[in-house]
Amino acid sequence: MMEVIYILPLLFLVACALTAVLMKDLLGATIILGAYSLIMAVVWTMLNAVDVAFTEASVGAGITTVLMVAALSRTVRGEYEPAHEARGWKRKRFSITKVSGFFVVVLTAAAMIYGTMDMPDFGDPNAPANLHVARRYIEESRHETGVPNFVTAVLASYRGYDTLGETTVIFTAGMSVILLLRRIRRE
Amino acid sequence: MKEHIVIRTVSRLLIPFIQLFALYVIAHGDISPGGGFQGGVIIGASVILYVISFGMEDGRRRVSESISDFMNSAGVFLFAGIGVLCILAGGAYLEYTAFAGKAAHGEHAEHALHLASHLGIYGIEIGVGITVAAVMMTIFFETARHEDD
Repeated sequence: MMEVIYILPLLFLVACALTAVLMKDLLGATIILGAYSLIMAVVWTMLNAVDVAFTEASVGAGITTVLMVAALSRTVRGEYEPAHEARGWKRKRFSITKVSGFFVVVLTAAAMIYGTMDMPDFGDPNAPANLHVARRYIEESRHETGVPNFVTAVLASYRGYDTLGETTVIFTAGMSVILLLRRIRRE
Repeated sequence: MKEHIVIRTVSRLLIPFIQLFALYVIAHGDISPGGGFQGGVIIGASVILYVISFGMEDGRRRVSESISDFMNSAGVFLFAGIGVLCILAGGAYLEYTAFAGKAAHGEHAEHALHLASHLGIYGIEIGVGITVAAVMMTIFFETARHEDD
């Protein structure tokens, strides 16, 4: 019975992804991607990664959707179909592009599924990722930093440089947007 | 969507609570999920909600360009500045326990070290939150279509 609860959101994710790809209305596809992220947040919560779930819900479902809608407000709502206007050889070329794109997706998916075969079981204490510094973080971070949530301890204390780098990346993104898109009023 | 009374009323009711929740998320990053990044995103989202329901000009009246630009860099500056303060206090860059100073070897050494590290972590979380919030609203303000386009 419990398996159904785990499998249901994953099936829903596949359904969302397929609908978003096949939909012609770009605004609808954007909203469906937001729903996709929200279900992804549920999946993260089921995997006990609450911090990741929080980020997914706020960034993936919230901000990304809003920014896509903002970008759509400057373009058109429907998908552009060049194949309708093209004739003859050009038209054939568009369908070749579509089919080859599909094959690339299928090949990538096959490679990824092949890659997961060798993955250790979920939560395996002897998995390589859990043997290196993870144990130290779990056992010592409370004592060393005084912070109960060791995700925060890792982000803010042990990996403070990385977080500074990330913040700088976000800052740079904001600056680039201002430089590229802001219309300077010349008086 | 400026003319929709339902959207305006609901967002006027919700935005204070969204922002309060964002501050909670930033302040409780050390004991519960979340932290500066998520809290900052929520603050940015609350401003975006305001702009969507009241329009771009009204939004810019609340958060002017100079304020959001200042917040953009102020967060990173706070983060990096705390690192420099750690050096001035005698530790390595971003080594928050340096703030404890002489108390690190005193009677309540562990307490002092934890307090110092808490202070540093709070500081950088606030810095991350300020920058992330400002960048999120900036991107929205600059990409979304203006009324006069």
